[in-house]
Amino acid sequence: MMLTLKQTRQLRTFLLGLLAWAVGLVMFFPIFWMILTSFKTELAAFASPPELFFTPTLENYVEIQQRSGYFSFAWNSVVVSFGSTIIGMLIAVPAAYSMAFYESKRTKSTLLWMLSTKMLPPVGVLMPIYLLCKNTGLLDTRTALVIIYTLINLPIMVWMVYSFFKEIPKDILEAARLDGATPLQEISRVLLPISKGGLASTMLLSLILSWNEAFWSLNLTASKAAPLTALIASYSSPEGLFWAKLSAVSTLACAPILIIGWLSQKQLVRGLSFGAVK
Amino acid sequence: MNTTSLDSRTTQQPEDKARQGGVSRYENRLRLATVSPSVLLLLVWMIVPLAMTIYFSTIRYNLLYPGENDFVGLENFYYFITDAGFLAGAANTLILVGSVLLISVVLGVLISVLVDIDFWGRGLVRVMLISPFFIMPTVSALVWKNLLLHPVSGIFAAIWRFFGATPVDWFTHYPMFSIIMIVSWQWLPFAILILMTAMQSLDQEQKDAARLDGAGPLAIFWHITLPHLSRPIAVVVMIETIFLLSVFAEIYTTTSGGPGYETTNLAYLIYNQALLQFDVGMASAGGLIAVVIANIAAFVLIRLIGKNLTDKAS
Repeated sequence: MMLTLKQTRQLRTFLLGLLAWAVGLVMFFPIFWMILTSFKTELAAFASPPELFFTPTLENYVEIQQRSGYFSFAWNSVVVSFGSTIIGMLIAVPAAYSMAFYESKRTKSTLLWMLSTKMLPPVGVLMPIYLLCKNTGLLDTRTALVIIYTLINLPIMVWMVYSFFKEIPKDILEAARLDGATPLQEISRVLLPISKGGLASTMLLSLILSWNEAFWSLNLTASKAAPLTALIASYSSPEGLFWAKLSAVSTLACAPILIIGWLSQKQLVRGLSFGAVK
Repeated sequence: MNTTSLDSRTTQQPEDKARQGGVSRYENRLRLATVSPSVLLLLVWMIVPLAMTIYFSTIRYNLLYPGENDFVGLENFYYFITDAGFLAGAANTLILVGSVLLISVVLGVLISVLVDIDFWGRGLVRVMLISPFFIMPTVSALVWKNLLLHPVSGIFAAIWRFFGATPVDWFTHYPMFSIIMIVSWQWLPFAILILMTAMQSLDQEQKDAARLDGAGPLAIFWHITLPHLSRPIAVVVMIETIFLLSVFAEIYTTTSGGPGYETTNLAYLIYNQALLQFDVGMASAGGLIAVVIANIAAFVLIRLIGKNLTDKAS
């Protein structure tokens, strides 16, 4: 049987689509399986061969709160990631503002230098930061994590806000300035309303990075200030059957960030690529 | 650009000419007030701990033996480099960074070309593909270790058994391979996210024109798609290198660097010296070596693509 050119093309698109679906399902499978396991009993979670059909239960979600106090860890994550995001924005927005609208000879090298601070591997400064925190009583406090997350995300935030500001026509700001607006009014009445989409995605990226950060949170916290990353790491030393509970706590810890990521994937690319890919 | 338009305004209004000096002085003050907080904070963040690390690396400093802080010169560096873990750690760091980069760039390009085709449910497939990037490292490590790779109840074991093979104990027999799998699962989606977005700005007309000229899909991929993706690929390589040099949580929660030193990278080795053996001096020496390695990588990468970054941004 001969296929027309159009039919061959349709068939090819169909087969490639099928392949894409297969790749997507394989990549997503661990997450799907984690969510599924969180609704099993511990016995069913350990069953071999794995059970695909079972009576779902919510007991794991109840138990992780009762046993390990999920919400206090979640609260630490919320405080630390929102705290560092808000402080970071307060520092980054003014810097990006003058870099974008009052560019000088040094602006580009300053931006690149900021990027280069990200190249400093955290282990290089682990000892001093640990000892500084220990001697100032900041060990195992949320304050320490807020300070550190603000600093490690600051370069990305400046870059991202800068690249959004760069797209705003300068005439708009000049018009406001001619009308007698002070810089502060310029920022609050003109700039922020125009760029709120970009600023929101910068904040989302900072939230994601802080929420998932797992070097400093594992090394600087013990029990009081430990965020979700540390709670989950504590499941690495198992006591009895714990697969279903691990899945439940992981699902809860990842769900908010996963949803934020899905909603803002397009805008995140710009921040993650330091403005190079839009 | 802004200064020129300001200048033209002032020349149009000669009576304002006296203000011109005032404007640039005002601009300088504004710049100072807005940029300096970020710069100062980052400068302190960089210099103070780094200076302390350099100082610690030259003294004997173990938290278990307080008060014995003699200057020892380069002894810490000597012991760190001749330590059995160092060569293994350096090699494992290279293997981990290299393999994950290779996997995420090659598969990332292929997958983002694949999902650029208009097929049914493309949006959903894209969301599924990038999702692992948003999962926190401790979760992906433990989910892989306990739900997928576990030799008794894991999915892989079930698949092996289904085909009549003996399930593999991944973390015992192929520890580094297992870590590479987990880390690639997290970072391949990052490459897909960046490259997929970059694909959308590929000029469709250029492709159509090439096709009319008789270019096959391979030629189009090689001469149009790949050059278009070269900058985004460079970005992916640079950013992944930064993060992959310091992979920590995945090792911490699965193998603790073992068995032996088989999955110990430099980050984990230094952590081990510092917070498990309390040898601040030696850990600091190791930390400095890690900084030097990262800086060599950074220097090369920034040289290669840093200029492009600012050119595009402006």
